[in-house]
Parts: sequence; C-alpha cells; structure tokens
Amino acid sequence: MYTTELKDKNEKNTKPVGAGLAAEDPQRLAVFEARVAADDFIEPKDWMPEAYRKTLTRQISQHAHSEIVGMLPEGNWITRAPSLRRKQVLLAKVQDEGGHGLYLYAAAETLGTSRDEMVEALHSGRAKYSTIFNYPTLTWADIGAIGWLVDGAAIMNQVPLQRTSYGPYARAMVRICKEESFHQRQGYEIMMVLAAGSPAQMHMAQDALDRWWWPSLMMFGPPDDNSPNSAQSLRWRIKRDTNDQLRQKFVDVTVPQADAIGLKVPDPDLKWNEQRGSYDFGAVDWEEFYAVVRGEGPVAKERMNARVSAWEDGRWVREAALAHAEKRRASRLAAE
Amino acid sequence: MVEENALFFHAVRLGDDALVLGQRLSAWCGHAPMLELDLALANIGLDLLGQAALFLGLAGEVEDKGRDTDALAFHRDALDFRNCLLVEQPNGDFAQTIARQFLFSNWQELLMREIAAAPEPRLAAIGQKALKEIAYHARFANEWVVRLGDGTDESRERMIAGLEWMWRFVDELFDPKDGAPSHRADWDSRVARVLAEAGLEQPKPRRGVLGGRAGHHSEHLGHLLSELQFLPRAYPGAVW
Amino acid sequence: MSKEWPLWEVFVRAKNGLSHRHVGSVHAADAKMAIEAARDTYTRRMEGVSLWVVPSAGITASDPGDAEALFAPAADKVYRHPTFYSIPEHIRNI
Repeated sequence: MYTTELKDKNEKNTKPVGAGLAAEDPQRLAVFEARVAADDFIEPKDWMPEAYRKTLTRQISQHAHSEIVGMLPEGNWITRAPSLRRKQVLLAKVQDEGGHGLYLYAAAETLGTSRDEMVEALHSGRAKYSTIFNYPTLTWADIGAIGWLVDGAAIMNQVPLQRTSYGPYARAMVRICKEESFHQRQGYEIMMVLAAGSPAQMHMAQDALDRWWWPSLMMFGPPDDNSPNSAQSLRWRIKRDTNDQLRQKFVDVTVPQADAIGLKVPDPDLKWNEQRGSYDFGAVDWEEFYAVVRGEGPVAKERMNARVSAWEDGRWVREAALAHAEKRRASRLAAE
Repeated sequence: MVEENALFFHAVRLGDDALVLGQRLSAWCGHAPMLELDLALANIGLDLLGQAALFLGLAGEVEDKGRDTDALAFHRDALDFRNCLLVEQPNGDFAQTIARQFLFSNWQELLMREIAAAPEPRLAAIGQKALKEIAYHARFANEWVVRLGDGTDESRERMIAGLEWMWRFVDELFDPKDGAPSHRADWDSRVARVLAEAGLEQPKPRRGVLGGRAGHHSEHLGHLLSELQFLPRAYPGAVW
Repeated sequence: MSKEWPLWEVFVRAKNGLSHRHVGSVHAADAKMAIEAARDTYTRRMEGVSLWVVPSAGITASDPGDAEALFAPAADKVYRHPTFYSIPEHIRNI
C-alpha cells in the first residue's frame, strides 16, 4: 500500500512527497538521484535528502502499522476456527503478519526514528494504516476473503517494492513476499471449500465477497489524477506502477478466480472488454475511502482501542524486563 | 461414555491438555505487551496445537469408532474433556499467563520424557517430537518468572498473584489416581530453583482442586468450548 | 516517553559452511530475550543453524563518505587478484 497517499484529499498543510528538496545541496542531491535512477540501493548511513528520509520513514512505518493492525480482523477468528488445521494455519498467518511488522519497524528504525516514536504516532492518530483493516470480520468466510483479496492486493503492491531504492526496505520486502504466497492460497482455499459446501456456506462466501470487494479495490489508493505524489514516488522507486494500473491488474486477475468457484463479484458494471483485453468495472465510492482515511471506518475505534490497550496494559511488562536487565547488569559490574 | 481402553484415555488427556492451553495462548495474538511476545506466545500455541492434533489423532485411531481429531476436538462436551484444570484457567494478565505456563511446562517436560520412551511406538514418536518443543516452553516461562519476580514492584506483585491463582491446580498434575507419574520431587526442585532466582517465596501449600481428569472442570472450560466449538456445532456435517 | 527495550542486530547462519548474514533487528531487554526474539522472528521457517545477536550500539560502521579512502586504493592494486597474472594453460595446479 502506498501509504504516503493515505490522506484526506481536503487535508491542508500536508507536504507533498519531495517537499524541501530545493533546500538540499544540489551536488549531493544530483549524485543521490543519479544513484537511485541507476537502480542502486541507498543504505542507512548514506547521505540522503531530508525529504527522502521523511518519506521513507512514513511509508515504511505506516506499512508496518498496517501489518500490526492487520493482525486484529483475522485474530478475531482464531479461537473460533472450524477445524484444528484451520486454527493452526490462521494462527501461523497472523503470527507472520506480526513478523512482517517487525521486519518493517526494524527497517524504518535504520532511518533514525525509534519504534516507540512510531507506535506513539500510530496511537495518537498521526500515523495511518491501510484502510482495509477498518472493516469488521463478521463470519468465517471473511477470513477466506481477506486472504484471497486483501493479501492478493498486498502482494501486487509488494512485489515491485523488492527493488525499492532503500536497502533495508527492499530486503524486508523480499522476506515478506516469500512468506505471503501461503497467505493468499490459504484464503482462496477457504473460499473454494465454502463455495462448494452447503447452501449456508455458499451464502456466507458470497456475502463476504460482497462486503470485501470494493474496500479491496480501494487498497490501491485514489485514482491517478488524485495522486499528486506519484512522480516523486516513481522516481524514488517507492512505486513501480500507478494506482489505477495495479487496480486494473487486480480486477483482471481476480474476477476469473471468483468465476472459477461460482462466486459473483458485486459489480453490475463489470464487463470483459475485448478491445482492451481487460475488464471494465464500476466506479469506486471514493467518499467512503476518504471517510475511512479520516478515521471514520466502521471499526476504526475498535482497532485503535485494541492496539492502545495492548500497549498500555503491557507497559508494566516492558518496564519489568528492563528493570531486571538493569539489576543483572549492576550486579555483574559489582562482582567484577 | 464408557471406554475401557487405557491408551485411548491417555492420548486424550495429553491431547486435551495441549488443545486447551493452545486455545488459551492463541487468544494473545495481536494483544501482547510487545510484538516480539505476540510471536513467542503464538509459537508456543502452535506447538501445542500441533501436539493436540497428533495426540487426539492417535486417540481416534485407537478408539477405532471413526472419530478423527476434529470430531474429538469439536464434538465432545466438557464432561468428556480430560485436560487438567490448570490449562483451562483464564489468561488474565501476562503474569497469570506466565504462571500457568511455568507450572505446566516444567511438569509437561518431565512427563514427555517418559512418553518419549514409552513402549507404545506411536505414542513415543509424538513424545519425542513434543519434547524438543516443550524444553523451549519451559525455558521461556522460567526466564519470564525471573524477569517479573525480580523486575519492578508491580511486576513482582502481579507474578505473586499469578502464582497464587494457579497453585491450587498443581496437585492434580501429580494425582496418583490418574496414573500420573510421580515426578513431584523433580518438579518441586525445578520450580523452587526458579522461584529462588526470582526472589519469590514458594506459595503456601493448600488443598488441591481436582476433577479435570474425570471430566469435572472449572466454570471456565464451558465458555472456552462454546467459542472453540461454535461453528462445527452450528453447521453439523459441514466441511471447512 | 519511558525507556525502550534496546535494539539488537541479528545475524543468522543458514547452514554449516556459510557465514552469518545480517537479517534485521529486534528489540529485547536482555541477551537471552534477544536470542529468543531473533529465533521467533527470523528462523520460523527453519532458516538457520546459528544466531548471533549484537547490541546495535556495539556496531561500529565505516562512514560511506570514507568509501573512497577506505575502499578505492584497493581497486587499483590489481596485482592482488589472481586474474592479473597470465600463466600458460599447460601449467597445472596453479
């Protein structure tokens, strides 16, 4: 998810990606841009313009926040998974998402912001996370839909990032992409079984597709003409394709997958266009997207509440571990 | 439900312990004090769920009435569950969760050493695999008892409270009526060593609460099973 | 803001015969916790036989600005590389 675009279109005073570049030393900047253009990687101690450091920090940390908050909608069904195998697979998937958050926080920290600061930004509402996780998981079929559609969309966003300009981010993305493919297959398998099951299960699967389809399309961000940061992001290899290009690709790949299991995409305007070799599809409700970005998603409060509680309720644990380590260090020194 | 097969019940006890504790631990995912702990607790949970699948699978095989792992996990009521009372206790705060893990894993490790050397080869195979995992669980729990016991005043209080909650369920682990091996001396000395390092006193001896091995559980198990079993029971015969 | 768990850099040896490679970092209060966190985070899929964790503060890195001074002089001492010397092909074991 190109999280640098998670802002309300009417937000004032938000600096575009690349703000402040004019103030940088032109020679160093030219060398830097040339390296990036040559597909070279920027590493933590390299000189970089302030704007790049800020943009990457925001992009990577918001990506990390998305993984962490993303543990919650699926975590909601671990204790109710309908078989032991499904329970194990779901727990492993959610654990992976926590791990992805860890890799990404680690990458962002190399740019000079601490994990605590990033967590504080999330909890205060200053930092954003992918809009998709503000929707509720109402049935077991939602778990299938998330794996199939949400992970599917994430994979499309993430594969190009394996060659993004910032070394630690690119390496984190390589790890993440390796682990993602099982996530999507797990989801689609759930949907396959439901769609071939009892009438109640088929209904459950179709209902989940109905609710998760449009929010998944929104994951690719606003339409290209409303994406002012695209040029700079493309130059810095934060994105490879435009939002609309990826969204189209997602539709083209996913509709046949729905057809294959007898599920119907909830779009009356969906139609194969022989000339373009692509699907025409209906208009996305961008007002809904911007409302969710503003924090008005259906379960945004529940998500934030859960994360803030985990952090605050766990404060005494973190403090205890530090206090203990300090005591041990002191007694080791005293013994010397 | 009357069943004479001792191996069946043995496997069910082992499987139910792992299933119930795995279920408890999986509830922490996304809510732990630190991201690194979300991963650690999920790891232990996954190990236990894996053990549950193997032990219950063996039980179903031995019973030979067509019940597989899921049939046993999702379609027995509380009276037919044979887990110890310790594992069904609520997560509470992190200290309570650690107290439960500490007391259980140190016992489970001693038990599993015997199982790994059992004459019944299928049981022994599962035991050997589980033993490696459990050694790590015990180490993890021991280290956290020490960190919390010898951390801050608050963590010490909470660790004491956690142990106080769980201590009444220790005797059941060693109840000779259930053929539970008498590792009590070994377990006592391990636990005492860790508590000493943590600067904690041994909780006062008290009357042990029993019954789990006979299907008489605490009030907690019913709620746990409601959540665990809801879907298969709401959609009988459905495949997931 | 209260004190944070320190940062540790993680190095994994994938299998015997290979070197340890840097894979990322974890936060932990002490070394034992750091090893366990590193194991849980970076070797869930059996990716390693050996783990090193080093406090990030313990790492001294060369300054990329010094790359010229540190690394360039080696570039023109080509006599250090075996390909600099032409040995007739019929000479064996060299």
